[in-house]
Amino acid sequence: MKMENVTKTYPHRGQLVTALNRANAEIRDGDFVSVVGPSGSGKSTLLLMLGGMLSPSGGRVLWDDQSIYDLDANARAQLRKQKIGFVFQTFNLVPYLSALENVQVPLFLSNADEEEQKDRAAALLERVGLGDRLHHKPSELSVGQQQRVALARMLANDPAVILADEPTGNLDPETSRQVIDFLEEVNGEGRTIVMVTHDPRAAERAKRILRLDRGVIVSEKPGQKGRHAAA
Amino acid sequence: MRTLVLREIFERKSQLLTSFLAILLGITVIVSIKNITHYSEKAVAREMDSLGANVLILPKSSTLQDYYTADMQGETIPEEYVTRLAMSDLAGLDNLSPKLSMPVELQGKTFTLTGILPKSEFQAKAAWGGAGIFSRPIGCGASLGMMGSEDKKTLARKRVIDTLENDEVLVGADVAAKLGLKEADKLGMLGRSFRITAVLPQTGTVDDSRIFAHLHVVQDLSKKGPVINAIEVIGCCQEISKGLVAKINSLLPDAKVVTITQIAAAQISINRMMSNLSLMFLVIIIFVGGASIANYMYANVFERRREIGTLMALGANSGLVLRIFLLKALILGVAGGIGGYVLGTILAVVLGPKLAGVMVLPMPMLALLAVGLSVAIALVASYFPARRAAHLDPCATFQEI
Repeated sequence: MKMENVTKTYPHRGQLVTALNRANAEIRDGDFVSVVGPSGSGKSTLLLMLGGMLSPSGGRVLWDDQSIYDLDANARAQLRKQKIGFVFQTFNLVPYLSALENVQVPLFLSNADEEEQKDRAAALLERVGLGDRLHHKPSELSVGQQQRVALARMLANDPAVILADEPTGNLDPETSRQVIDFLEEVNGEGRTIVMVTHDPRAAERAKRILRLDRGVIVSEKPGQKGRHAAA
Repeated sequence: MRTLVLREIFERKSQLLTSFLAILLGITVIVSIKNITHYSEKAVAREMDSLGANVLILPKSSTLQDYYTADMQGETIPEEYVTRLAMSDLAGLDNLSPKLSMPVELQGKTFTLTGILPKSEFQAKAAWGGAGIFSRPIGCGASLGMMGSEDKKTLARKRVIDTLENDEVLVGADVAAKLGLKEADKLGMLGRSFRITAVLPQTGTVDDSRIFAHLHVVQDLSKKGPVINAIEVIGCCQEISKGLVAKINSLLPDAKVVTITQIAAAQISINRMMSNLSLMFLVIIIFVGGASIANYMYANVFERRREIGTLMALGANSGLVLRIFLLKALILGVAGGIGGYVLGTILAVVLGPKLAGVMVLPMPMLALLAVGLSVAIALVASYFPARRAAHLDPCATFQEI
């Protein structure tokens, strides 16, 4: 994935706000990148743009050398369905569906048959340690368990890229550690991870750390994993 | 998708309840009004039937005045016209009553002897032609006849009679009074003897001074051959308004077709009032039910914007989101339609006799109307909220709501 001179501005109460300012970044296959910075620095905007959900005011976002904002909205939805797994700060589970059905959603969107959906969703929930909570609704699960359902859902369509928006933002330190462990594990399987976070300890676990300030990428440094790799 | 939609409906059923009730009650009202109206229209038609014929077929040169005074003018039309009408495919001709009148003197007083054709003769004509009045759909003003024993006094209001033998006569109230006749008496007339099968009740019309005999007997007595003076018709008011008169005119170009406008107009105006009432309720229900569903759907889209954004982030395209909301509307519409039909029918059957004084039976055809209307209202009212959902910005997923 590549961002070339990406700028995002939008009007707000008569003033033009710059969310991203000529941002350049390249994220290679298998990378694990943390994006850090203060609130309003443009972290989520960057993530949305990489996910094909927010078109830039200027510049290009490339996936395998294809400018994704030259594609129409449905083609970008198709790209997300096939290649991207999302994980959100507030988990965004569908409240009236069971854990199993929540994990089935990306598989339903990919038109997998129902048996396959159920088998794969059950296996993923087993993997995140919720094999005994398949039919629980989100409201019947703890916060940590809800995030684990979201992690299982993230992997349902076997994505090459994972975009995580503050995945540990609502979690206690122990559960946060488990989530980062899990992200490291799936990164180890060759999946690319871009994670927006406020948590310095979580950010440190990545291979690279991009720091944003007022829409500008102000620094890039290796994370713990990156330093280990370099060593 | 079905699971997704059904689960959401049952999860948030309390919010859905108001709009479901709006559409359910709306359809209930429409079904019960339509059901009661249908049966009360039939009852009105039967009542109108008692007012007599509303269409007259006369010889070309005759006037309505001739008919009302004594219908003994010399002009005639062939009896074959009756056969032509009976075997035609014209809808709305329920009771045909051909007549031939001639003066007859009894005990120094002049009365009118009128020949009429009983229904049994029509049945025979229809059987010859393989078509005709008995194969025609029966609408308002229908006198079914041929069912069980007949009270011949009903001739006074039905204008037709099921059977009449060649030696039988019916006498009007004035005739009976002036000649001192009663039922089962013998009456000698023009050299023939007749049996009085009924004395007709007072009607206040020229019929009170008539003696009714079989048409073919009167034709023999008058020596005029197979002719008649007039055909009285009780036409369906709807058909009259749709141009029944013109259709009869084109079938019988050598006859004059006259509508007795007061009677037809009364029938038409009552039916129009009922259909207008039904239409008024329909419009109110479309607006109230539609607005309620649209309001609910807009609120539902707003409430679920994070969920919709999540689905879009996971790869759902706008078409799928649109379908999710329209499927919900479809389910709401089908449930409202079926529920409304059942409730409306129960209401009509229970309240019909009390409100309109008519017996009301369930009408399965109304189920189609109920479900079709309910689904149409739900889909149309939900379309714009569903479109809004389909074009929602998936970035909402990443924002605190």
